[in-house]
Amino acid sequence: MAAQNFKHALFCAIVTLVISYPILGLNLVAQGTQVVLEGADTATLISIVLAAVAVFLFQLFRDHIMGSVGKMPNLNPFANREPMEQSKRQRLDTIVLTLLVIGALIWPFLVSRGSVDLATLVLIYVMLALGLNVVVGLAGLLDLGYVAFYAVGAYTFALLYQYFNISFWLALPIGACLAATFGFLLGFPVLRLRGDYLAIVTLGFGEIIRILLNNMTWLTGGPNGIGGIPDPTLFGMEFGRRVKEEGNTLFHEVFNISYSGNHKIIVLYLITLVLALFTALVIRRFTKMPVGRSWEALREDEIAARSLGLNRTSVKLSAFTIGAFFAGFAGTVFASKQGFISPESFVFLESAIILAIVVLGGMGSQIGVILAAVAVIILPELAREFSEYRMLLFGLAMVLMMIWRPQGLMPMRRIHIELKKQE
Amino acid sequence: MLEVRNLSMRFGGLLAVDQVSLDVNEHEIVSIIGPNGAGKTTVFNCISGFYCPTGGKIRFQGEEVQGKPDFKISRLGMVRTFQHVRLFSKMTVVENLLVAQHRHLNTNLFAGLLKTPSYRQQEQKALDRAAYWLDRVGLLELANREAGNLAYGQQRRLEIARCMVTEPQLLMLDEPAAGLNPAETRDLNHLIVSLKEDYNVSVLLIEHDMSLVMEISDRINVINQGRPLACGTPEEVRQNDDVIKAYLGEA
Repeated sequence: MAAQNFKHALFCAIVTLVISYPILGLNLVAQGTQVVLEGADTATLISIVLAAVAVFLFQLFRDHIMGSVGKMPNLNPFANREPMEQSKRQRLDTIVLTLLVIGALIWPFLVSRGSVDLATLVLIYVMLALGLNVVVGLAGLLDLGYVAFYAVGAYTFALLYQYFNISFWLALPIGACLAATFGFLLGFPVLRLRGDYLAIVTLGFGEIIRILLNNMTWLTGGPNGIGGIPDPTLFGMEFGRRVKEEGNTLFHEVFNISYSGNHKIIVLYLITLVLALFTALVIRRFTKMPVGRSWEALREDEIAARSLGLNRTSVKLSAFTIGAFFAGFAGTVFASKQGFISPESFVFLESAIILAIVVLGGMGSQIGVILAAVAVIILPELAREFSEYRMLLFGLAMVLMMIWRPQGLMPMRRIHIELKKQE
Repeated sequence: MLEVRNLSMRFGGLLAVDQVSLDVNEHEIVSIIGPNGAGKTTVFNCISGFYCPTGGKIRFQGEEVQGKPDFKISRLGMVRTFQHVRLFSKMTVVENLLVAQHRHLNTNLFAGLLKTPSYRQQEQKALDRAAYWLDRVGLLELANREAGNLAYGQQRRLEIARCMVTEPQLLMLDEPAAGLNPAETRDLNHLIVSLKEDYNVSVLLIEHDMSLVMEISDRINVINQGRPLACGTPEEVRQNDDVIKAYLGEA
């Protein structure tokens, strides 16, 4: 056993050397017209050797290390906790949520402009993640192209404004409904597929939308994007220094306060907060309705659900459409917040991040998803100094999560409908 | 009520069901028996729409249903259970019954979001009906438990209750006694008979437990290797030479 381990460790160390030496240890340097091969400096060479030694040691004591990693879940104080009673849990939920909302309301008046802006972004991701949670967490459909609906919402607002001068508040429902329509149209042929196949097709759809936006230059401006998207107004009040649109008033003039650039950002934040709350509450309500129950039933056992007269296609389609609806919602807000959108904002990585939020938060759990959205968006901002290692840290966090809490930060605890005792 | 004529089901080169015909009349318990692998469950799957039969006709209440999607067939009033219990195991017992009442409920999204009176009323009705059936199968005490945590016999009964809340006319049970002890089988026996007597449901039954089959069936169909072997009252089937041969082997 030990000899075998040693051999394996030696082999791994040699592979490390063979791979990393040519990549890091040899540099091509241009000298005049010629390219010369040069060895790297000693520091690099030493680090390569150190890396090989580290690999060697890890492989040699791998069983011990992995064994202790396996015990790590025991370190988690909440791992084997007795589940709370439902009534108690619901009360706690309500208290936590109320505190969160109150905190979120006070927040913009205490912190800097940049933080409020970041918080707005977090809220947009909360909306997106809550919407995707319906599709992935509740209905169990793996959607890797979710960002497409986000793009549809954003571009709807941008284009409507550009061509028809339509304001934010009118574009909000239109964008959401158009995204929902796209979800419906895509879902119709696609939802016959299951699991991996569904994931691949949705992935393709996400790319199709992005590439279309990129290439329909006559309509969308292609890679140049669309700029000059207005901020939302509040009852006809604008937040700029001067009125841009005929018939609007100015916020600081109406309330007779001095102009400040912060007003706009705070109001945008509050609007987003209200929309995110709306999203959370509506989806929460859905889960207790027949439609929510049928999503979960279909996820639990599709054959049984069909045998009871649930129409598989329409149930899945409803989940897909509702998920897309909220993505469109978030997209409109995003367009308004950024003022400029281009296909760059809707790449696959965005889908992956939203999915990561859902998985990290615990599929189907709303509070978990909200917490995860905060973590995933804010942590990279805090770790700006390590920007090069951001993805590395992200990956590490994911791996640790999978070891520690594979069910997510706050795994879904279903709110059961209780049968009251009858007399 | 249910008429199956010359039903055939072919999977590639394998003819799993060959020219099977059977009838279920109102207020009747009909059994399908046969050795393992005889094609009984395939017949069930064809009738309930999970498979599209390759030949033959299935008529339910005078309407041809072969090849219709499963959920439509179930909505016509023909509901089945499964050989291996298929519950929504993460949901509670009562929620299992609520899912089954999907089509009796107001599924209008806005009515639900706004909690309109008619929506609430229907939701309450569904809960009442669920409570009634849980009481009927003796699971009322466990209504708020997760369905996956029930004992096997309880899961079996829950599955039957889940079918009954859809108010079917024909109940199709696929080996309901599998894995039950003798006492539980006896209870099941009473339950099935009472479903027929009290709720006017016809039952189509696949079962290996001969005592159960012989006791409660009005008629029995025997299938062997996909082909119909015999049919008739329990007495007739018991004395049929072909059936004895198929079950005991040729002397």
